[in-house]
Parts: sequence; structure tokens; C-alpha cells
Amino acid sequence: MSTLDADLPPPRQRPWSLIERSLAGIGLSGRALVIFAPALWLIVFFLVPLAVVFGISLAVKQFGRPPYTDLLTAEDGTVQLTLHLSNYIRLFTDALYVNAYLNSIKIAAIATAIALLIGYPMAYFIARTQDPWRNILLMLVILPFWTSFLLRVYALAGFMRGNGVINNFLGLFGIPPLVMMQTDFAVYVGIVYTYLPFMILPLYTTLVKLDPALLEASADLGAKPWRTFLSVTLPLSMPGIIAGSMLVFIPAIGEFVIPSLLGGPGTLMIGRVLWDEFFANTNWPRSAAVAIAMLVVVVVPIMLMQRAQDAVVERRK
Amino acid sequence: MRTPLAIALASLLAATPALAQDQVVNVYNWSDYIAEDTIAKFTAETGIAVNYDVFDSNEIVEAKLLAGNSGYDVVVPSGFFLERQIAAGLFQPLDKGKLPNLSNMDPQIMEETAAHDPGNEHAVDYMWGTTGLGYNVAAVTERLGADADLATWDLLFDPETVSKLADCGVAVLDAPAEVYAAALNYLGLDPNSESEEDLAAAEELLLSVRPHIRYFHSSQYIDDLGNGEICLAMGYSGDVFIAQAAAAEAGQGVEIAYTIPAEGALKWFDMFAIPADAPNVDNAHAFINFMLRPDIAAANTNYVYYASGNGAALELIDDEVKNDPAIYPPAEVAANLYPLNAHTPEYDELLTRSWTRVKTGQ
Repeated sequence: MSTLDADLPPPRQRPWSLIERSLAGIGLSGRALVIFAPALWLIVFFLVPLAVVFGISLAVKQFGRPPYTDLLTAEDGTVQLTLHLSNYIRLFTDALYVNAYLNSIKIAAIATAIALLIGYPMAYFIARTQDPWRNILLMLVILPFWTSFLLRVYALAGFMRGNGVINNFLGLFGIPPLVMMQTDFAVYVGIVYTYLPFMILPLYTTLVKLDPALLEASADLGAKPWRTFLSVTLPLSMPGIIAGSMLVFIPAIGEFVIPSLLGGPGTLMIGRVLWDEFFANTNWPRSAAVAIAMLVVVVVPIMLMQRAQDAVVERRK
Repeated sequence: MRTPLAIALASLLAATPALAQDQVVNVYNWSDYIAEDTIAKFTAETGIAVNYDVFDSNEIVEAKLLAGNSGYDVVVPSGFFLERQIAAGLFQPLDKGKLPNLSNMDPQIMEETAAHDPGNEHAVDYMWGTTGLGYNVAAVTERLGADADLATWDLLFDPETVSKLADCGVAVLDAPAEVYAAALNYLGLDPNSESEEDLAAAEELLLSVRPHIRYFHSSQYIDDLGNGEICLAMGYSGDVFIAQAAAAEAGQGVEIAYTIPAEGALKWFDMFAIPADAPNVDNAHAFINFMLRPDIAAANTNYVYYASGNGAALELIDDEVKNDPAIYPPAEVAANLYPLNAHTPEYDELLTRSWTRVKTGQ
């Protein structure tokens, strides 16, 4: 030991002391710095862009560069601030937007429910499996992330197309090809498949912590297995159900890639409307308004679910 | 550990100025729109590296140009979009002194493109083509009868006819200006009309066939036609020929045909232009001048099956391409082709809203 130590260079005392001292000089402590870094990150990469988007949403489209009007105009020495609310008014007066929001919520909610129904038994099974199988199964859940999301969605299209894997298989039995691509069905398959791991993992973490003694106690007290499940397992796994549902539901609302690659033209989702407004119609102000409104639409369910989760945790105490 | 890192950093810093000196040109062109070896030849001759990026709709080019700082040196929008983009100051005038190969251009084409770009000051034609119908011969004749007339927009716009094709798949370009022009022309109205009544009539026609259309997309149909996934597509001439070649190569017995319907079709021009904020203006001119060379223009046309705007290239173009009436239409067909003018932003607003209604039913 001692010979080894002798070979090493002497440890340098506090390599950051110089920086620390100079920071202290301008009134910043190390603790402030730790809080400051993420706060700065949030301001620069979230709040500022959001403010820019909000600003654009109050302009109107014009054909030029940039493709929207200035909010501030200087004329004859006076600076004028012009805010247009027309984009927000349009969101309510044109049924397209309201229907797109509602349809996105509907598709996301149904996909979340399906993911829960499929994910719960899988998470339960993995949690009840012993090592080393448990780790292998968990690995299999995470494995799809090793390839690009886009490639996996394309691969799904390969399964569902007219002369794809499923229809070729059905063809062996003389069943005429089913039209699956460009339908809502394909969108549900895509969303459930893509987001299933986000449902399974939080469910697994709550289910694996479930004390088997509780289940034994329930059985000892004469409860049938389904009764035990409903009054012990299910309530105790509630935080996992809520977390998993949030992780599936929220990104699914704004999903763009899956409906545009797998869905039909009638699959109305807000992500597609936003893309069309921005790229096809070059209407930045309106797409900005759609994005801000989407934030509100998504934030409300997040807050409700957060509250539900807090309530569960509270009750547990 | 520290020394290798320092070396890595130092070499990175040293590499940066060298990279900046390297000659590049950033090209933004339509997908499947250039011969396989054109870029390699250009780089070999000029030492200018090409960053080649592709798109499949005029709308997305316009969105990128309007956003500014696109970084592209050469873009290839269609004339009817280019026209208003020039007006909005998105392009710089071409330095004709750096484009000696302009003399190879077909004067007839130059005259037609001058309608979009007065005096041909900002752009020069790369290829031109038509927007017509591509179909799977066997699937369509099986459903419509062997002696049915297939050189007609009835295939797409007559609800009774298209309903018979719905089960084998119908696709339409996601390009509102072109789809509405075709619909207006089919109704016997002016394809360049901006009247609201005409727009409403076209929308009504499109809604009447909408239930039979599987999807709206501007490039997906190339693959899908080729492998039998769909049997009818409103598409770009050369793209349908790509599908045709792919189908023949696959050897599954799928035969694809392209038709310029008798009612007429849109004749468009895809034009090279240099964005006002292009970072490598000289290289952009070098690239365009290279593309205007007769042997290069002919090689591209022989590969992508679109007609070249280059008159001097004609004698180098393969006979099977040159004599194909769907690529170089004979006079009687050419008489039915119509040009499309740029739409005013006000009309565009109505058009895109109507288009959303057609696509989504909302």
C-alpha cells in the first residue's frame, strides 16, 4: 500500500478553490451555483423559447421573412405594440382545432387504457419472477429502445401493409387482405407498442416492492385471489398505474410521427394540425397558438394526475 | 489521461480552419431527382464537396426559406412557388457571367419559365414534367374492364369510377395547389382561378371522391405503386416512372403506367435558384453551371425520366426517353397542358383551409 501511495502524485488541495474564491467575490456560494445551473438551463432552454413562441402567437402571418408581423413597430418616434388575438379566437371558432384536441385526447386515453391492460399483467409477471429471469425480462422490455423509434414505426408498417407479414400469413388460409394501414387501428397499435415500456417500468417498480406477506395475510383471512388483487395489490400499485399512465398519455396527445406514418388522412391529431400549419401553410403565428393551447391542454391533466398521485401518497402515510 | 485529451482538443482546433477552407455547396433538391454519379463527378471535377438534402413538397421548401438561414446554396422549387418567393426577396439574382452553360438552355422553355421569373433573372430550369395519373394496369383493367378509357381524370374525379378502385388503394399528392388545379380543369374551369365559387366547386368535387382515397402524400405512392400496395395515384410523371422501373425490377408481374389525361394536366418547371442568404454563392453558381452541361443534364434525364430544360442535351438523351410521349409529350398532348401561376397569400389561406377540410373531413 505505502509503496503504491508513494508513486502517486500528492493530492492537490481543493482544485476549485480559486474559482470558489472568485465566485464568492461576486456573492455566489457553491450552493447557489448548484441551484443556479439547472435554473439557468430551464430559463434558457424552456422559458425563453416558450416566450418566443407565445410572442409569435400574438402576431399574424405575412408572406416574407420572417413569415409573421412584428409585435413592436417604430413609427415617427413612437413605438407601437400590436398584439393580435385572432389566432386564439380562431382556435375556438374553427371546429378543426377543437376537434383535433378532443380527438387527440380520445386517442391518447384509449391507447393509455390498452397499454395499461397489456402492461399490468406483464409488469406483475416480471415482478413475480425470480432472478436471473427477472433481469432478462426487464432487459427485453428496454431492448426496443436500442433501435430508432422511427425505424420501429416503419417496421410496424411492414407488418400491417396490404402485402405485409400479417396479411401474407392470413393469405395462407385464404383470408382476403385486411386494410390496416392508414386507419385509426394502426395508430393505436403504433402508440401502444411504442409507449408500452413506459407503462411497464413504473408498474414494475411499485409491484416489485409489494410485500408478499400482505398477500399471504389476505389469503389467511379468507380472501380469494381476485379479492386480494382488488383490495391489496391494485390499491398498492396505484402510484405505478398513475405514473405509467401519465408517461403514456402525455406524449401520446402530441404524437406526430405515428399518426402521420400509420394513420389515415382522417386521423385528426393536434400534432399533425400543428405540423400542417407550420410547414404546409407557413402560418407560424397560428401554429404557435396551437402549441400554446396544447401546452394548456396537456398541463391540466398532468396537474390532475399529480394531485391524484399526491393523494395516494398522502393516504399511505 | 490529460495528455491525449489535450492533443485531441488541439487537433480539433487545428482542424477547424482547415474545414472552413474546404469548398462545399449545400443543395436542397427533390427526392429521387438526380443520377447516381452526378454529385461524385461534380466533386471530382471541382473539388467542391456537396451536402445533398432532399424534400418532397414545395411547401416545405417555402417554410425553410421563409424561416431564413436555411444554409442552402441551391434549392429547386417549382415555378409556381418560385414566383412568389422571388417577389418576397428570398432569392438573389443569378450572376449570368458565372453560368456560361446557360447558352445550352432550350429557348422555348426559357420563354415559358420567364412567366414565373421575368427575364429569367433569378432561376433556371432543371427539369420539367407533368402531374398526371399513375396506375397499376392489371388491377385497374380488372376493375374497370379491359376496354375502359384510362387516359382520363374520371379515374380519380368520377365518384363511380374511383369507388371501384377504392379497394386496391387510391393515393393523391399532398399538394393543394396542384390538386385543385386538376379539379378545376376537370370541371371545365380555369385551373388558375382564384374565385371563391370555383374553389367551392373544386372542394365539392374532391369531397365527393374523398371516401375512396386512402391517403394524401407526395412521395409514399412511389413505393406503394411499385409493390402493388395501391393501384392509382395522382403523381409526378417521373416519380411514376420510378415506380414503374421498381415494379419491373421486382419481377412480381406488377405493371405500372403513367398517363397525361386527355382533359389536360399541369406542366411544371423545377428551377435552380440561390437563396438570398446562401453562404457559398460562388459554389452555388459552379454547381448550377455544372448541372447545365449537356452531358450532365442528359445523364440526369436518362436516369430520372423527367424532361430536361436543356436544349443542347436533347441529342444525348436516350431515344426511349426522348420518344416517350409521357415524358416529351407530342404537340397534340402538349396543347392540353396548362401552366400554374403563383397564388396570392390571401387565396392560399382559403386554399389550405379547404384542403384541410378535404383531407380530414373537418
